[in-house]
Amino acid sequence: MWDAFDILLQANFWAATIRIATPLIFGVLGALLCERAGVLNLGIEGIFVAGAMSGWLAVYLGLPLWGGVLMAALVGALFGLIHGVLTVPLGLSQHVTGIGVTLLATSVAYFGYRVAFPNVGTPPRIEPFPPLDVPVLGDLPFIGTILSQQSAFTVLAFICVGLVAFVLARTPLGLAIRAVGDNPEAVEAQGLSVVGLRIGAVMAGSALMALGGAFLTLSAFNAFYFGMINGRGWVCIALTVFASWRPGKALIGALLFGALDAYQLRLQTITGGAVPSQIFLMLPYIFSIAALVLVARRADYPRALMKPYFKGQR
Amino acid sequence: MVVKSSGSVPLFSSGAIDRRQLLALGAGALVLSALGAGEAFAAKEKPIKVAAIYTVPVEQQWVSRIHKALKAAEARGDITYKFSENVANTDYERVMRQYSQEGADLVVGEIFAVERPARAVAKDYPNVAYLMGSSFGPIKPNLSVFDNFIHEPSFLTGMVAGKMTKSNIIGLVGGYAIPEVNRLMQAFMEGAQSVNPQVKFIVTFINSWYDPPKAKEAAFAQIDKGADVLYAERFGVSDAAKERGVKAIGNVIDTSAQYPGTVIASALWHMEPTIDRAIKAVVDGSFTAEDYGPFSFMAHGGASLAPLDPKVVPPEVIEMVLLKEKEIKDGMFRVNVNDGEPKSTL
Repeated sequence: MWDAFDILLQANFWAATIRIATPLIFGVLGALLCERAGVLNLGIEGIFVAGAMSGWLAVYLGLPLWGGVLMAALVGALFGLIHGVLTVPLGLSQHVTGIGVTLLATSVAYFGYRVAFPNVGTPPRIEPFPPLDVPVLGDLPFIGTILSQQSAFTVLAFICVGLVAFVLARTPLGLAIRAVGDNPEAVEAQGLSVVGLRIGAVMAGSALMALGGAFLTLSAFNAFYFGMINGRGWVCIALTVFASWRPGKALIGALLFGALDAYQLRLQTITGGAVPSQIFLMLPYIFSIAALVLVARRADYPRALMKPYFKGQR
Repeated sequence: MVVKSSGSVPLFSSGAIDRRQLLALGAGALVLSALGAGEAFAAKEKPIKVAAIYTVPVEQQWVSRIHKALKAAEARGDITYKFSENVANTDYERVMRQYSQEGADLVVGEIFAVERPARAVAKDYPNVAYLMGSSFGPIKPNLSVFDNFIHEPSFLTGMVAGKMTKSNIIGLVGGYAIPEVNRLMQAFMEGAQSVNPQVKFIVTFINSWYDPPKAKEAAFAQIDKGADVLYAERFGVSDAAKERGVKAIGNVIDTSAQYPGTVIASALWHMEPTIDRAIKAVVDGSFTAEDYGPFSFMAHGGASLAPLDPKVVPPEVIEMVLLKEKEIKDGMFRVNVNDGEPKSTL
């Protein structure tokens, strides 16, 4: 029994938590940014795939690792632009368009991969981000073990949390983004462009989502595999509600999910003989649903979420 | 209620055939032609047309073995080869019908998740030969089945693992707990136990075929628990082993070149005996519904143990394993097929 608690005291458990959470941090931040501007972006799962594929391919073709990160962000922004143009000025259904973007991005990524590699046995590999080498903190016993298993890409995720939080809460641009998701008429009255703000937010959010995918191929692993995103994007959509559209809570939600996943993998090693593995695998998802049930009642949706805005129309 | 006499209308009563009679005739003709086709296939000229339908990309270990065998047959000029990869299970039946309709002589694939619909398709195209990866048996007249029965080399790699572990804890990371995975894990565990009764196992499933980051995390968790030899059923496990400096055992394909010193033994699957036999049967016109499973056994060359490197595995272990390999090939030792879900014993 104590073994189950003992897991929580292992530095490796916390290291795994952060590793598993990192792509989700990017994803939730991205989804949150889109939704704060009033646009639901269900293209997230496909944008993850496209980001994973393009970032990895760029590095494979000779770009430096950060070049791959940038490439992923650009590809993500491009799919964001598609989603934005279809849902904001044209006002199409955000659900349908989002699913369409997911299908398109996934298929384009696969197609691109197959065109680039028509005939390979095992997927080609790259040299991924190396583990961090932090001078003073890295030598500390517990924290050092955790840090030494992370990469600079993870640090970027934490920086993005701070950045998105700061921009949303403390800058005129953030105010405009929040306003456009709550009351686009007021933004229009201020002389700002609702369409421009929304499309911009969706593009920035989609770029973040793509980084989540790129983390999987550039840091967590070193090759691109079909289907490796495996629903991580959808989890982010749920976590966004859990986070009540706040970057700080988004970080907590992603870490909680990561912790549960890391925990169930370790729990399987202890009690796997007695409890079916499926039960453990369900844990993080059950948590997501339970958290949604608890939080959703009080959820303070952006008022204009999923409501297209047409100039001069009431 | 008015009862009409329906039996009194003579065939061709008016000298012309009415619509109903035409339909009846047509149906009769169809039945006749179906009977006339007979059970046996007609002999065919090389190259025969082969189509393959995979639910995963051709890079996936399991499917890569089938793809490789078919590519080899294509290079020999025995077949023309078309394939569709990454076909969703919900789409499988449609693709299968399309290839059957287009006149493929032999359709190869994997129907683990679409057993019923795939068997219905095979019934509709009695002149097409089907060779499908399946958990169930063949169906007359034209659906044969195969599977990756590489439990024999898995047992042998288990012996290596059992001898090489110092912590006496071996970790196994698998995709889904289905018979195809279970039987290899069970044989591996039995092999390890046969040389080292002290050994304990940690079994983790990740419920995905293709999520290397997750498989890697599962492997890290097992290493944290003390495992020093990992059975790499999935991609990603060997990477974790390499990073943490423990050993890994390969499955289906040989990855020891990518992970030198980490992957110390691999159980390999060879589809060539199965594929070549099926192609020959189609060419001869002797194709029937049968279970090709045994052609994945070691005795038929369908499975093998990758060469052990004396630099990483002690010579006495190699000698012991090779002795057992010979016993298996000679039929003097039988590795059990156990499809039950493997459980942790820690």
